[in-house]
Amino acid sequence: MTESKNTAVITVLGKDRVGIIAGISGLLAEYNININDISQTIMDDVFTMIMMVDLKDVSIENSDITDRLHKFGDDNGLSVTIQHTDLFNAMHRI
Amino acid sequence: MLTDYEVLETIHMFTEQHLDIRTITMGISLMDCAASTPEESCRRIYDKIMRCAGKLVKTGEAISRKYNVPIIHKRISVTPISIVAAASGAKDYTMFAETLDRAARDCGVNFIGGFSALVQKGYTESDRILINSIPEALAVTENVCSSINLASTRSGINMDAVRDMGFIIKKAAEKTADRDAIGCAKLVVFANAPEDNPFMAGAFLGPGEPECVINVGISGPGVVKHALEAVRGEDLGVVAETVKKAAFKITRVGELVAREASERLNVPFGIIDLSLAPTPAVGDSVARLLEEFGLEQCGTWGTTAALAMLNDAVKKGGTMASSFVGGLSGAFIPVSEDEGMIAAAASGSLLLEKLEAMTCVCSVGLDMIAIPGDTPASTISGIIADEMALGTFNNKTTAVRIIPVPGKGVGDSVEFGGLLGMAPIMKVNTASCEDFIGRGGRIPAPIHSMRN
Repeated sequence: MTESKNTAVITVLGKDRVGIIAGISGLLAEYNININDISQTIMDDVFTMIMMVDLKDVSIENSDITDRLHKFGDDNGLSVTIQHTDLFNAMHRI
Repeated sequence: MLTDYEVLETIHMFTEQHLDIRTITMGISLMDCAASTPEESCRRIYDKIMRCAGKLVKTGEAISRKYNVPIIHKRISVTPISIVAAASGAKDYTMFAETLDRAARDCGVNFIGGFSALVQKGYTESDRILINSIPEALAVTENVCSSINLASTRSGINMDAVRDMGFIIKKAAEKTADRDAIGCAKLVVFANAPEDNPFMAGAFLGPGEPECVINVGISGPGVVKHALEAVRGEDLGVVAETVKKAAFKITRVGELVAREASERLNVPFGIIDLSLAPTPAVGDSVARLLEEFGLEQCGTWGTTAALAMLNDAVKKGGTMASSFVGGLSGAFIPVSEDEGMIAAAASGSLLLEKLEAMTCVCSVGLDMIAIPGDTPASTISGIIADEMALGTFNNKTTAVRIIPVPGKGVGDSVEFGGLLGMAPIMKVNTASCEDFIGRGGRIPAPIHSMRN
């Protein structure tokens, strides 16, 4: 496994509209979460955004960040997830 | 840096392909809970389980949240109760089952395994008491699972116990007749039972295991099926390679969760059981996965070959992903818990005899199979004997979890609900094996047991 830092991957899937990135990044700013990288594309008509973020001292499980992101997704017809990066490293890196 | 493709592949595995961690099972040794009275022994058992597993469910939920990975079950396995209760002087062990049930409920886990005995070479007095207590124990408890090891490659087959278990299974069915014989769904008999299996109903903590240990069972037939959809028409070498890669990724998730649970609970990590465990949900079926190999319906010719290859490729991918692989590890083929198996059994494509052949090459055995309620005990023992022989003589684990449903016959079906699913009643060969089963005694260990 690569070095373990407190980072996470946020994904947003759904229909493109104005203000998705603004909404998510505004929310992250409230938690003092820094965005390291953003990529976005349209795949099969689905807006797909992947964000790499530095959680610093925020714990995914002990804060309400997951619920807040889910609510943002529900309000805007988007599927939003946040997952610790270790999961992806475990699956895709030897 | 992770690529977008990798991130999305992972997301889709969880959202569309039903990937989950099937169970975090905490094994707890109850060796130090033996006492000279059953009351004292039960008190120690309850206290110890609460002490060790009190935080299990909460920890599982926290890990699930951190990685956004579903962890379906949190469970407990314990030392076989026939060993723990032996010194207590009790003549019936139902109260031990009730104690396990209460502890499971108070910890918030949905199953606790270990109302068990290891009798492959013969009975102790305590084993006898435990086995006779099974029908009542499973009728009055909700969460307790029972397993009996009847045979091993080293010891041969205890045919007295095979005979007795036919009667016990019938009794367990009768005692829970009002609930479609649910008692039998919580009872499994084994050859070569693994001591670290995290899956129910067969989980118990073997005598060689540590004080307390975390074992994790993974799932993911949907992920493997999805991967195979991308290589339709390619040769079987490509199929094997594809299964291996999918199994590797699934196992790595299990390993991550297991290590994290172990660290948080301060309990050593035991093994990953890298089984493909189906559920009745559409898209989470081992039968449909086998059909993806190119079979019209599971149970037709070619099914055994496809299953053999699948099972082997899962193990090869999984062992690369984790150094500590154990338990049953392979593909499960329970009938009632698998949407595609149910369909194949209902249409007549999947017969009991074919399932028996399939158990020669996969990880468990005849699992969650409903048969007519009027099947004689000796016929059930005959089914068990055949399955024990497959395990004993082929040096592998096999098991039988069979449900003779009172009042029902071929053409009927039975609904257990939840993950236990539903099952059509399957036809059983009605020629008698009573005289064979009536002989009793032991089938000697096979020649290849002498490996020293």
